[in-house]
Amino acid sequence: MNIHNQYRLNITSALLSLCIAMPAWTAHAADDAEAKGMEIAAEADKRDRGFGDFKVKLQMILRNKHGQQSTRNMHNITREQEGDGDKTLIVFDNPRDVKGTAFLSHTHKLNDDDQWLYLPALKRVKRISSSNKSGPFMGSEFAYEDIASQELEKYTYRYIGNETLDGVGYYKIERFPTNPKSGYARQVVWFDTAEYRPWKIDFYDRKNELLKTLTYQGYQQYLNKYWRADVMDMVNHQTGKSTTLHFTNYQFNIGTTDMDFTPNRLKRAR
Amino acid sequence: MRVCLMLLSIMLGSLLWLSSAQAGEWDFSGKSSLQTRYFPYDPATPAHQKMRPTFSGTLEPELLYEFDDGDNRLSFTPFVRLDGNDKKRTHFDIRELSWLHLGNNWDLSIGINKVFWGVTESVHLVDIINQTDGVEDITGEDKLGQPMINLNVERIWGTISLFALPGFRPRTFHSHFARLNGPLLIDTGTPVYASRQGNRHVDWAARISMTFGDMDIALSHFQGTSREPRLLASLRGLRTILTPYYDQIGQTGLESQLTTANTLWKFEGITRAGQGKRFYATVTGFEHTLYGVFGSVADIGLLMEYLYDNRDARFAPPSLADHDVFAGIRLAMNDTQDSTLLLGGSWDHHNRTGFVNLEAERRMTDHLKLSLNGRFFVHVANTDPLHAIRNDDFVELTLNWFF
Repeated sequence: MNIHNQYRLNITSALLSLCIAMPAWTAHAADDAEAKGMEIAAEADKRDRGFGDFKVKLQMILRNKHGQQSTRNMHNITREQEGDGDKTLIVFDNPRDVKGTAFLSHTHKLNDDDQWLYLPALKRVKRISSSNKSGPFMGSEFAYEDIASQELEKYTYRYIGNETLDGVGYYKIERFPTNPKSGYARQVVWFDTAEYRPWKIDFYDRKNELLKTLTYQGYQQYLNKYWRADVMDMVNHQTGKSTTLHFTNYQFNIGTTDMDFTPNRLKRAR
Repeated sequence: MRVCLMLLSIMLGSLLWLSSAQAGEWDFSGKSSLQTRYFPYDPATPAHQKMRPTFSGTLEPELLYEFDDGDNRLSFTPFVRLDGNDKKRTHFDIRELSWLHLGNNWDLSIGINKVFWGVTESVHLVDIINQTDGVEDITGEDKLGQPMINLNVERIWGTISLFALPGFRPRTFHSHFARLNGPLLIDTGTPVYASRQGNRHVDWAARISMTFGDMDIALSHFQGTSREPRLLASLRGLRTILTPYYDQIGQTGLESQLTTANTLWKFEGITRAGQGKRFYATVTGFEHTLYGVFGSVADIGLLMEYLYDNRDARFAPPSLADHDVFAGIRLAMNDTQDSTLLLGGSWDHHNRTGFVNLEAERRMTDHLKLSLNGRFFVHVANTDPLHAIRNDDFVELTLNWFF
């Protein structure tokens, strides 16, 4: 702190002492909003807990601002972890030159994830750095941090308010990434009040400008408990590009073990 | 080759039997390519072909049959290249013909396969299971299929891998008058083996790999026929020819990688007995990535490795990486076409030989990919093993079709 700030502080201290009740009151309201935001996020997290494992086919359609399209096909196997982030395996089928390429991720609640890449032409498993959170996944509008498992601990929360759109009630909350390498200053999430499912997320870049919007469509319930969207659509407002994910063939209880998610097994993934 | 044919018939037989007995899943895919190479300089030996330009093509289909819910897998990947100028680059190989069984915490594969060991980029010191397919490229990245029985046992702390390797594959070399061969004829027809069993010597190998947080370590040992031949000169009539000679060696290797935020720290080291005095070789370096450079989504990777090898060239095959510094830059555009560029150079600070390598590729459609490679010899000392091919710089354009 330099001398000028010291000086200004002395002048304003009188003003500040007059308004001392005011900041205390707003701080209390902020605490409430944070607690409620956390409560909603925790409830959404709790409702999705205990799924065990699942497998799903995934089609990714990438569009540039001229409407030109390219398609990626892959499948994803995820296994839930007790007290840690999920373990996820993604195997690519299309474009054909990346067929058989596989991506393994051990996500963690607070620490950086562990990630490995399998290159089938070389039969080589490469452990890769996971600090590239804001980088694009497969050239899409989804960043690595968007597709990683959304652990409760990865954000702090703030409740904004309730909204009703087309007769559906939503909680609108803000969340702030705890990891400094995140590409976002904040995200605004709409959860429905009935089932605590996310329907829309606005992503704000580090300059706090609206960067992307993700919308979820076609929720279906599996095992009478777990909701999964059939379609996730990400639009980048700054570049005009968009990516749509289509999920098909969800299968739960597929009987994986942790041994199916080791770097050695990655070589056998297909 | 007899082993290969026997394996082939067993595999195909069991494939047919299984496919009739059980409902499994077939998968057919593969790759085909057209390639042109251009050698801008005249060959060091005037009698050799100029190859300005030269054309070739490849076909590599992959057939896979999976049954028992994916617990058993049969795979067959033949490979063929037809080359317009180089008769020995026109070759056929079975890259893979194997049965894989996935158990609970273990897997077993029997047949022809490919296995990669290592972490570094400029050289693969520890990688020894497969023979180099020397006519494919001079980088040594292409490998011949190796017959093997491979058992991997997994524990939560790591993996133990055991290999029995029956049937040795001699290294492939270019035709006498083709580019990249050097001035002398290499007599690949009559290789000489230190072992009395010749190419039927059964090699073995074991490897243990472990992970400690951000650190990965693997220790391996190989006992058997050296993949690197020594080229022994002799007179046939009035002509000097080179005969590949394969020693019996024991090689112990260590690999490690420390994965930190933006940097991968890498080390590979080997010690080998059986080619003169026991020698050792190391490669140490890092790969540092700058993400989202210049406000874009592109990444730039900076690579640097130091290579050291103290083998005695009188008793061991020559090494290209004895006192070398390698530096490289990798650009990944992260666009929908996955455009990448790698520019690397290595420099021997003893004899001042320099080699530059350029690799660029870009996807054109879902099935087509274009790649441009260049290999350039900046300066070659007459004591360096590269001296024989010092004028054979080339650029290569390849159109790959994936199906």
